[in-house]
Amino acid sequence: MRHLMSPLDFTTEELERLFDLANDIEQNPRKYDHACDGKILATCFYEPSTRTRLSFESAMTRLGGRIIGFSDAASSSASKGESVSDTIRIISCYSDICAMRHPKEGAPMVAAEKSGIPVINAGDGGHQHPTQTLTDLLTIRSMKGKLDNFTIGLCGDLKFGRTVHSLINALVRYQNIRFIFISPEELKVPDYITDMLREKNIPYEEVIRLEDVMPHLDILYMTRVQKERFFNEEDYVRLKDFYILDTVKMALAKKDMLVLHPLPRVNEISVEVDKDPRAAYFKQAKYGVYVRMALILTLLESAQ
Amino acid sequence: MLNVGKIEEGFVLDHIAAGKSLSIYEHLQLDKLDCTVAIIKNARSNKKGKKDILKVECDINTLDLDVLAYIDHNITVNVIKSGEIVEKKDLVLPKQIKNVIRCHNPRCITSIEQELPHIFYLADAEKEVYRCKYCEEKYTEGSK
Repeated sequence: MRHLMSPLDFTTEELERLFDLANDIEQNPRKYDHACDGKILATCFYEPSTRTRLSFESAMTRLGGRIIGFSDAASSSASKGESVSDTIRIISCYSDICAMRHPKEGAPMVAAEKSGIPVINAGDGGHQHPTQTLTDLLTIRSMKGKLDNFTIGLCGDLKFGRTVHSLINALVRYQNIRFIFISPEELKVPDYITDMLREKNIPYEEVIRLEDVMPHLDILYMTRVQKERFFNEEDYVRLKDFYILDTVKMALAKKDMLVLHPLPRVNEISVEVDKDPRAAYFKQAKYGVYVRMALILTLLESAQ
Repeated sequence: MLNVGKIEEGFVLDHIAAGKSLSIYEHLQLDKLDCTVAIIKNARSNKKGKKDILKVECDINTLDLDVLAYIDHNITVNVIKSGEIVEKKDLVLPKQIKNVIRCHNPRCITSIEQELPHIFYLADAEKEVYRCKYCEEKYTEGSK
């Protein structure tokens, strides 16, 4: 029986199979209408998350399965002091697969150790959010036709953004990826990431202005720069516009560059960019459902 | 100079960094053994100037070498039988340690989950970096 705790739990070959399945679901959705008839997904969300939870629920519903669960800790037995280990033992009696989000890092791993059913980490604090990374990879693979030989710019909060760290760790397993990190000094990518890239001889550069590198990018992965991350108001005011993507900056980019964003977007991508065919962030949300459908099918099969 | 006699059966932990013997005594839970234990602090050392030594008269199998290797893999473990050294054990950094150190990350599940062991894995042998199995937070010196 398999679980998913980190995007690196699957080899690149296993990911290829997962993404092939996700693309088949995209092309032939009717074929999978009853693939999970009689199966139950438990969504155990100890903290609120609209998009991830609904994406899982949509995925299971589209496969013909049913859903039980809770959407915050207050409505779960955790409010009575029940441990994660005990909760998952009970959930294992009620369902066939579980997607768990928890504010404590490592909670889904504790669940997986005690579980009788596959557990999917749907986000554990600032640690991992593997299905977001799988979504990002599937979007790139589906829209670019490959997961190698490109330059990706990661822009915004590169210090605290777990989606960014996770995506970098997943992409270094592919050939000829070049990273350009675009962030203010305060929000640079952590040293352990750049150390790892140097050790693996993977090219990267760190810049402050997005405009300067736009023409070189095949993919631009945007994240939100929050005002509270800056040490002073002056720096925030000086730098904030560098990280707002608008049509002027898009005019500098390649014709086939993709813009991705884990969402929610606040103001870092101007709404006028939404009309640009290179804006892929809403399609990305759709790929999130396909990859979760493929993941549910793959993990359920591993449990048989 | 202080003289501590030979032991007949047991082990001698030599070349302990000066001042570390009590910490090793605690980690190895030697207080729970019903046998003779000699703690020698600040003994003269040709190599280091000063060193600590622990002499324990008990079965060598009672010693958790992983814990010892984690604390200091430069310690020499001499196995004694009939008053003579019969074996010198090499210590290598353990791949995993359980309930030896605690995760200090307040966001880690180990901070709230009842009876969950604190397990660390060796993430970088060269730099001797251990990370929590659950949250992957690097363990930093302080409570070792």
